[in-house]
Amino acid sequence: GGLDCSISFVSHVLGKVCVHGRQKEILSVLVPRLTALTQSDCIWQRICWRLVECVPERWLEAVLLGFVQRAPGADVLSRLLGNLVVKNKKAQFVMTQKVLLLQYGHTTEVLQNLLGYLSLDSMRRALLIKVLQDLLETWGSSSAVKHSPPEQQHYISRAILICLSLLKEPEIESCRQELLTSMMEGVKCHLDSNLPQIRRQGMVVAESISSRINTDGPVLKFQYEEDDETRELKSLLVQTPPSSAVPSPLDNEKEEAGLPSVPETDKRSPAAAAMKPGEESDAELDSDDDLIPYDMSEDKELTTKAPLYIRDCMEVLTGSGSEDVDRWEAAVKVLESLIRKNPAATKEVSVELAKILLHLEEKTCLEGFVELRQRAQVAVLTTDPVPVAKFLTSQFYSLNYSLRQRMDILDVLVLAAQELSCPKSHRKTKHSSAQTSCIQVLPGSDSSKDWRTVVDERIKSKTRRFATGRSQVEPVSGPNEFNAVAGHFFFPLLQQFDRPLTTFDLLGEDHLVLGRLVHTLAALMYLAVNTVAVTAMGKALLEFVWVLRFHTDSYVRQGLLSCISSMLLSVPAERLLEDMTEELLETQSWLGDVVEKDPDGDCRRLALHNLLLMENLKKKLSTVPS
Amino acid sequence: MARPPPDPQFILRGTGAAVHTLHFSCRGQELDVPTLFSGSENGLIHVWNLKTRRVDTALDGHGRKSVYCMETMGARDKLLSQGRDQRICLWDLAEGRTSVTDFVFTENVGFCRCSLLQVAQGRWLMAMASKALEEVQVLELPSKTSVCTLKPEVGAKLGMPMCLKLWQLSSDSQPLLLAGYEDGSVVLWNLSMGKALSRLGCHQEPVMSLDFDSEKARGISGSSEKVLSIWSLNEQQNLQVYKTHNLVNAGISDITIRPDRKILATAGWDHRIRIFGWKKLKPLAVLDYHTATVHCVSFSDHKSLSERLLAAGSKDHRISIWSIYTDT
Repeated sequence: GGLDCSISFVSHVLGKVCVHGRQKEILSVLVPRLTALTQSDCIWQRICWRLVECVPERWLEAVLLGFVQRAPGADVLSRLLGNLVVKNKKAQFVMTQKVLLLQYGHTTEVLQNLLGYLSLDSMRRALLIKVLQDLLETWGSSSAVKHSPPEQQHYISRAILICLSLLKEPEIESCRQELLTSMMEGVKCHLDSNLPQIRRQGMVVAESISSRINTDGPVLKFQYEEDDETRELKSLLVQTPPSSAVPSPLDNEKEEAGLPSVPETDKRSPAAAAMKPGEESDAELDSDDDLIPYDMSEDKELTTKAPLYIRDCMEVLTGSGSEDVDRWEAAVKVLESLIRKNPAATKEVSVELAKILLHLEEKTCLEGFVELRQRAQVAVLTTDPVPVAKFLTSQFYSLNYSLRQRMDILDVLVLAAQELSCPKSHRKTKHSSAQTSCIQVLPGSDSSKDWRTVVDERIKSKTRRFATGRSQVEPVSGPNEFNAVAGHFFFPLLQQFDRPLTTFDLLGEDHLVLGRLVHTLAALMYLAVNTVAVTAMGKALLEFVWVLRFHTDSYVRQGLLSCISSMLLSVPAERLLEDMTEELLETQSWLGDVVEKDPDGDCRRLALHNLLLMENLKKKLSTVPS
Repeated sequence: MARPPPDPQFILRGTGAAVHTLHFSCRGQELDVPTLFSGSENGLIHVWNLKTRRVDTALDGHGRKSVYCMETMGARDKLLSQGRDQRICLWDLAEGRTSVTDFVFTENVGFCRCSLLQVAQGRWLMAMASKALEEVQVLELPSKTSVCTLKPEVGAKLGMPMCLKLWQLSSDSQPLLLAGYEDGSVVLWNLSMGKALSRLGCHQEPVMSLDFDSEKARGISGSSEKVLSIWSLNEQQNLQVYKTHNLVNAGISDITIRPDRKILATAGWDHRIRIFGWKKLKPLAVLDYHTATVHCVSFSDHKSLSERLLAAGSKDHRISIWSIYTDT
């Protein structure tokens, strides 16, 4: 104590040892001792400083490095070294340039120590700023980014971040502009790089710089994936001794950075759990033992597909497929509409289809089967009248048909004739009324009543028309389709009525059918008004009536009288008088007989009607100048 | 996004005729093989081995007339089968035997499936439609003595009994019978008095099938129309309609509630099996595999919950086995 001893020898020794690579051994003993000694004792501090100062320059680097590495903290280093870095040029060079820029193998603690050391004294702080600038310059140089190893760049980034954390607000304020410039340049170089690591580092550093220089206002924000490196870098911004009044940048980072790590994991888990809560909440709402329903969107009504083509229909109807009754039913229901929609297709198969329909029997208890069949038959007949009429009329006189079937034929012929003779505009309404005025199955006098009313109406309308003139609007006219085919409907029916077959004898037992035939002929006659064949038809009919006029069955006789009425109404008056005068006279006398002597009231009435008609006819003709 | 309905676990083929009835017997000893009994229209009862999924034996006891009901009496080697030959046969299947030990001649030509209830060890009650049109007869087995005959009152116009269910609330309480009739009503009968306790008209068409949950005192019935009717039994032993459920397509041939009372299955004429939750009749799944009407559905009685199965027999000669909602 009190001696002014020279430590230079010790320094020499120290330096020599360190240079020879024995830093560790000697400093591992020395530094802790010195740390302890210099803790509170100023004298020891000065001794320490002297010690280091006296180390010859050529060995100073080794010693300094050793100290920096060994020192447990920046403040210890500060105690040990004092302002050496300011006083000693070599020291300064080592500390501010060499360690930071020329070497990059040191750990983060070393950097922390060093830079912390620089920050702890006001004299040294200037150096710190300079250091930062140098670092940024290197960081921002594109050649450095391209050519220096990533480890070095990482090292520099770390150093920058530590500096940033150590610097105070005003200091940063002072060099703001430079910082900004360097940052911009640096960011550009870093983002250009192909290595994602470099890019990330650049982004982190830039963000940090930006956050420090723009504490208020928008900061630079990058989106990058967090990894250990970035996290480590960011953690450097926080200094454990909160000497600087900067708020923990780490928190700021979290708010401002692109994808903070913790919220990311949070996001991922909700996404994964989204399925489960959805289902669970469903189940909870229903509180049904959390049984999750399956997709039931395929559960629809079973509908049998009706056939779309006529040939398919035919197949279904003729098929032995007794299994698919649903399909059969669907086919029956849809047949009429198919026929009407596809006249061309129907014409190809018309006769066959008519045959199928004629023989079609009810397989299941289908509502309205009879009507459906009849309508389909009418549809076929109207679509392709000539061949189908030929077929039907021939079948009428064929063997092995039931009475029901023969009468069906007649009904169908009349309905079809009605449809064909009706102008198209009226047909639509006729269809709906056809449902109600459909010829009944029962062989009652119903059908004759229908026609009677029609005939009566016609008579009335005819007489009235003379009195009142044309009070009705002219309906839209179109060609009479029945014209072409009337003969085909009519004449074949007349041809074979007197030829008995084994199962069918019109003139014998089957007078029911005969009655229906006669009524049918009357209807056809009536509908044949304005056709070309009407006169021929009239003649033939009159002959037919003449043969049968004394038939015993009153239904037949009524039919015959309706025939006369139809004839008188349909055949133009001139033709009647010119071509059929004798027959008419004979008929007139017969009618007079009927009026007086016929036992059946209806017959008498009808005969009277006919006589009236004939009278009217004569009057009409006599008024017209010949 | 709901999952698509599951596929059947496997299909049993080889019955050669429409399958009318199914019965599982999987609750046996360790070495016993899980078995499924199936009765078909050709009069054969096939004993399916569910491990190998093949037929072990075929029992022919109904003279080639359709078998439409089957039950096991206790163990799997005692089988009861009902056929259109007007007989209910009791089989002894132990140790590989396939013989009819006894039979009951029902004199009934209808389709009403009989119902079996074990009232004591070795004693069973069996309800079946009897000779007269509207009557149900209850026999005790194996003694074959008649316990009672349940005749509806004159003018009730119930028609034929269509389906029966014997049940008792606990092993010492009175056994009761629920019967669904041709006119669409379900009647609750008291066996000891031979009287009807309650009648509920729940369908417009004949009741095709019914099942009852004695715990909740609630039952479900299906008919040839589009409505499933759920009714409950209150303390006064009166039946009331609890709920109805409309189906997409008409016609139910069979309904069965799973033994754990969590779900139920219906066999439909529209070829589909529907699964509902039993608590609130929430539709859970529609299983669409069969190509003809499904005649019967049955749940298995496996001890282990995860192995439980649902079997469905159809007119297309196939039996589909499903594993559905086994984890609850």
